[in-house]
Amino acid sequence: MASPAIELRGVTKRFATPKGGIYTALRDLNLEVAAGEFCAVVGPTGCGKSTTLALISGLEPASTGEVRVEGNPVKGIAGGVGYVFQSDAVFPWKTVLENVAAGPRYHGAPGRDARARAREWITRVGLAGFEDRYPHQLSGGMRKRVGLAQSLINGPRILLMDEPFSALDVQTRTLMENELLSLWSSTSASVVFVTHDLEEAIALADRVVVLTAGPGTVKGTYKVDLPRPRNVAEIRFQPRFTQLYEAIWGQLRDEVLVSYERQKHAAAV
Amino acid sequence: MSVRSTLPRSSVVGPNPNPPLQAAEANPIDAELTARRSRAARRRLVTIYGLRVLFAVIWLGGWELSSRMNWVDPFFVGQPTGVVARLWTWITEGTALGPLWYQAAVTMEEAVVGFIIGSILGVIFGIVLGRVELLAETLSPFIKAANAIPRVVLGSLFAIMFGLSLWGKAATAVVLVFFVVFFNAFQGVREVDRNLIANARILGADNRRLTLEIIIPSALSWILASLHISFGLAIVGAVVGELFGATAGLGQLIYNAGHTFDVNGVFAGMFLLAVLALIAEGLISALEKRLIKWRPHRVSGEIPI
Repeated sequence: MASPAIELRGVTKRFATPKGGIYTALRDLNLEVAAGEFCAVVGPTGCGKSTTLALISGLEPASTGEVRVEGNPVKGIAGGVGYVFQSDAVFPWKTVLENVAAGPRYHGAPGRDARARAREWITRVGLAGFEDRYPHQLSGGMRKRVGLAQSLINGPRILLMDEPFSALDVQTRTLMENELLSLWSSTSASVVFVTHDLEEAIALADRVVVLTAGPGTVKGTYKVDLPRPRNVAEIRFQPRFTQLYEAIWGQLRDEVLVSYERQKHAAAV
Repeated sequence: MSVRSTLPRSSVVGPNPNPPLQAAEANPIDAELTARRSRAARRRLVTIYGLRVLFAVIWLGGWELSSRMNWVDPFFVGQPTGVVARLWTWITEGTALGPLWYQAAVTMEEAVVGFIIGSILGVIFGIVLGRVELLAETLSPFIKAANAIPRVVLGSLFAIMFGLSLWGKAATAVVLVFFVVFFNAFQGVREVDRNLIANARILGADNRRLTLEIIIPSALSWILASLHISFGLAIVGAVVGELFGATAGLGQLIYNAGHTFDVNGVFAGMFLLAVLALIAEGLISALEKRLIKWRPHRVSGEIPI
């Protein structure tokens, strides 16, 4: 059997805090994502969801344990990985076209080719006609589309998404979720989608992984056996969706409460 | 009554591709609203200019009046008409040092040369030290010490080193300009959004690309902000340099006027420096607008100082 696309074995991640202490974000985390799988990671605030993505992408090294992508240990940033950030990470001084063309250019494509491919992707994410705009002239949803095109143009085999739609209003969000699914279905990328929204996780993913309140480790894994292609707006009304939601929420709720109590405690100190 | 003139923002972002908005603009109620808003804006502008003229009249009139009535001694404080007369003589008959335009040109040349060299050095050092932490920590006490000394006194040193040439004054301007630009460029590099850096690295940017395409454009707003202040400082450097020894220039002209108890001459020289500084400021603002056209336009209510 081929090795999984992403593999984390006994991974612990500690950070030095500014006060000189040690903060453990992840503890003994084991996670496997199969090639072409859409995996959602949910967990309460501060459980190390974003840290997990940073480890897989190579932005941060693991303190202990092993992180492998396509069978190879991760040492720094590797090709073939795309990352969609929670906040806007498109470059404000570049136009939409320049933003999307950045990836190919960084990989050595001549400017003309890079721009031609960028135009193609801009059309695919529905932004044709906006090539020469600057990000501040676009809405939040449109900037997210630019971010998606910017990542996908590099043809990533691994796509990491860090609460990409959390800043959008509910309608735009549903629209973007559907768009993401249709874009993803035309690729063979493995996706790790981090979110705090359980509905979003179930609607999008093949599998939902629940993390414990920090230091994060895997609490449970749930297979989402809803048929594809899915319509995110309508899938929520299926009885199976509700069943899954109830089962996973039962696990997640305890962790959310733990995390909330801690925050209350921290605020009171 | 044009509706177009009230829509500077949409003309900035180009033709609006959003049909519902176009339709809304054609709506007579909306057109009435924009027209009313433009009338209010124009009225406000007239008020502000009126108040400015009023301020100048009260200030200059009060000054003229109090020296005419001998409430204050015009020998010590001068008087506006005297300043104008002195300017007129300088323009028509030239100054004690030669034609007036030549004095202005000499000072501007010193200031501009010092400004350019100082800014370039400041930007380069700021970016390099901002990127290389070890270097920044090594040099930090020396930079702080150098920044703490009153650098205008270096003018006397430069006068010895470079004699009466342009370079003594330009060097004084350089040391004044350098630190302001350096600190801003350094800070600008440090403040670059970490998400943008992470994004660029994941998209495949190497260190050179990261510096050229992410760090420098991001630090540019900081650097340009410092250029506004530092051109004024470049003029200060040139004028102070001229005080330490020069044969021409506005600083030398003011120095001469002071030594011959010509108060109106001092004010006239100051006035000319202020005009030159304002022109330079306008040029820098234009440059800024060109270089960071990607930045969102400020909300109206910006005070045009």
